[in-house]
Amino acid sequence: MSSAHTKTEHGHSTDHNYLNHGSGIWSWMTTLDHKRIGLMYFATVSTLFLIGGFFALGIRLHLAKFGAEPLLQPDTYNKFMTFHGAIMVFMVIIPGIPAFLGNFVLPIQLGAKDVAFPRLNLASYYIFIAGAAIAASSMIFNQVDTGWTFYTPYSTAKTSNGVILLVLGAFTMGFSSILTGLNFIVTTHKLRAPGMTMDRIPLMIWALYSTSIIQILATPILAITLLLIGAEKTLGVGIFDPDLGGDPVLFQHFFWFYSHPAVYIMILPAMGVISELITAFSKKTIFGYRAIAYSSVAIAAVSFLVWGHHMFVSGQSTLAGIIFSIITMFVGVPTAIKLFNWISTMYRGTVTFEAPMLFALGFMFLFTIGGLTGVFLASTGMDVHFHDTYFVVAHFHYVMVGGTLMALMGGIFYWFPKMFGRMTSDLGGRISWVLIFTGFNVTFFPQFVLGAMGMPRRYFDYLPEYTNLNQISTVGSWLIGLGFLVGLITIIHGIFKGEKASDNPWGAKTLEWQTSSPPPHENFINTPTVTAGPYDFR
Amino acid sequence: MTSVSSSSEFQHQHHFKSAEHQYASSKQGIWIFLCTEILMFGGLFVGYLIYHSLYPTVFKNGSETLDWKMGAVNTVVLLISSFTMAAAINYVQRGLHKIAAIMLALTIACAGAFMVIKYFEYSHKFHVGTVPGKFSLVDPSCAAGGKRLECESKISALLKNPAELEKNHVSAEEVSRLKAVISQPRWEMFYGFYFVMTGLHGVHVVAGAFLIFWVFVKTLRRKVGPEYYTPVEGVGLFWHVVDLVWIYLFPLLYLVG
Repeated sequence: MSSAHTKTEHGHSTDHNYLNHGSGIWSWMTTLDHKRIGLMYFATVSTLFLIGGFFALGIRLHLAKFGAEPLLQPDTYNKFMTFHGAIMVFMVIIPGIPAFLGNFVLPIQLGAKDVAFPRLNLASYYIFIAGAAIAASSMIFNQVDTGWTFYTPYSTAKTSNGVILLVLGAFTMGFSSILTGLNFIVTTHKLRAPGMTMDRIPLMIWALYSTSIIQILATPILAITLLLIGAEKTLGVGIFDPDLGGDPVLFQHFFWFYSHPAVYIMILPAMGVISELITAFSKKTIFGYRAIAYSSVAIAAVSFLVWGHHMFVSGQSTLAGIIFSIITMFVGVPTAIKLFNWISTMYRGTVTFEAPMLFALGFMFLFTIGGLTGVFLASTGMDVHFHDTYFVVAHFHYVMVGGTLMALMGGIFYWFPKMFGRMTSDLGGRISWVLIFTGFNVTFFPQFVLGAMGMPRRYFDYLPEYTNLNQISTVGSWLIGLGFLVGLITIIHGIFKGEKASDNPWGAKTLEWQTSSPPPHENFINTPTVTAGPYDFR
Repeated sequence: MTSVSSSSEFQHQHHFKSAEHQYASSKQGIWIFLCTEILMFGGLFVGYLIYHSLYPTVFKNGSETLDWKMGAVNTVVLLISSFTMAAAINYVQRGLHKIAAIMLALTIACAGAFMVIKYFEYSHKFHVGTVPGKFSLVDPSCAAGGKRLECESKISALLKNPAELEKNHVSAEEVSRLKAVISQPRWEMFYGFYFVMTGLHGVHVVAGAFLIFWVFVKTLRRKVGPEYYTPVEGVGLFWHVVDLVWIYLFPLLYLVG
């Protein structure tokens, strides 16, 4: 935004900024500054990611069958699988980009001093912590083996009472998610800088805005579904329990009515990050701004109409199957719009390949594979074959991990100079990317093949035919783990030893780069006035 | 809604341009939150609709065992409380703190009355055994192994015992209604919905009463007034939604059947 009138003093270490605005642990724990709250989410989510990753490596190590004895007992395996899924979905991927990067970036990109409700923002953080603690306590007291989907009647009638803790934790974290989404919507509506019209807000914000709408509309359904599981477990109300006349398929409807849109809570913010990265590292005005912006809203809208594709083999009617199949394929349209616009943006741009851009390209590659295999699964006929096989596992890991985590890593390296006023080692970022990208494909591509061969998901054991591909997959999982380790070291090294960053090291045009690095407590010394679009490269 | 004067002693927060700006933002936030509340109850209404169509007789018989008079009194209590809440907002806006505080206190009293009536309704159901799922059985352990239908329910045990019937004020009319209830398989389903829906609503009533107490204290301390009344109005909107949900629950559970 070349014409933003922001006079900032350039990077002296003595500058007053949000990091030294108050000191001591208490000033962080009681902060109302969205930037600090964003960083607190960063620390929390990273820790949870390590725990979730531990379970992932455990699962893969077990499935490699390197020794004669199985590594895990069957019930331990089920618990590993459950906690891996529940932690990664509810505690890492859903809050990852909106609560961490979104909190940090959204108000600055709008030219606002803070989010609309700073105290609510801090409360959301602590509600999230409380939810995570409740859910994690089930790891200690009463482990859960249902899988993160809590399918009834197993979760309500058969398994341990630990389910109550886990669903209560997820319920609490959902509350946090709703409040964050609400905060973002009101901030976007009400706190834009003068001249920042809705068609001048950066695409990251369009993505976060669409995400927030989904959070507002879908999460309450999850809330009531989880409460009902709790009620089933404690009172035996029977709404989902066939023994009492209830219907487990109703649970699936309720659950997927949230959890399918939740997939877009995970991926839409990632797409927002990618839009920022592609334009910044192509030094070119983004191609099709409106198309990308509105396609985010379109994805949010369509996301509510496709939950039935999770239930093709649940006994729903053929007609419902056909309708859900068709609507599901519609999701491909706005997604493809984004992808083609990103490619068009790179075309004849001055593309450079720093670490964030590599992650953006990794996203495009992996998400395309994930998206295309989604078409297979959306086709009712093929889904019957692929249903509950490793094909599905590979598909959603390509979409959610290859998509969201690639974007998250890219976003961290991209905004790192703004967060800490220092640069990360570009070499470290690139090595991390190579390891994660390679490891990712080595891990999950064989799973497509395994799925097509018929290996079912969630199983503790498998036929000997599947051994080689499983072992390749496990080796890949170590590469991913190593890649994230290198990334973590690079980030920690950057925080303490990184070179001083200039205010705008990437030459980007959005508002956050018009203020100092790190920004002052109120983001801007003077409120910027916006006179042009967000990606005005000439 | 009257506009808010920005030249007041009430300072708006630093990231807003003016008090009006802050007020409009807060109000939008509250409305969005209330939408999520409605959606959450919406899940239960959808479930109710589905099972009502699957088991119409169960829901009809179950509904007839509810005491519509108590439900009706509660409806009136909540309507009055909505009125006193709206009046409280009006008085705060006009700077009449004392009467505003009285109105808020009356609203809390109505919430209390509602819960007391609910307590009587609930405890009667616990006595006669019109309760959900596992609590409806005399010995819940006999249901293990999917043998629920052979287990004796609390109601059928009660109906054999005239002394207990007398003690729990069960009239002859109610006895015939209870017999009709247990004549249907899956009869606990209705009470599952009844307790989950009214229970979740009751939690909201209690939460609302605490919130009203919070603005009651603010009113007494004159932290709110003509220039700044966002918390009172926000809590008021929440209270109206709690009332509104009951307005739907009452006919659905007590009258339609």
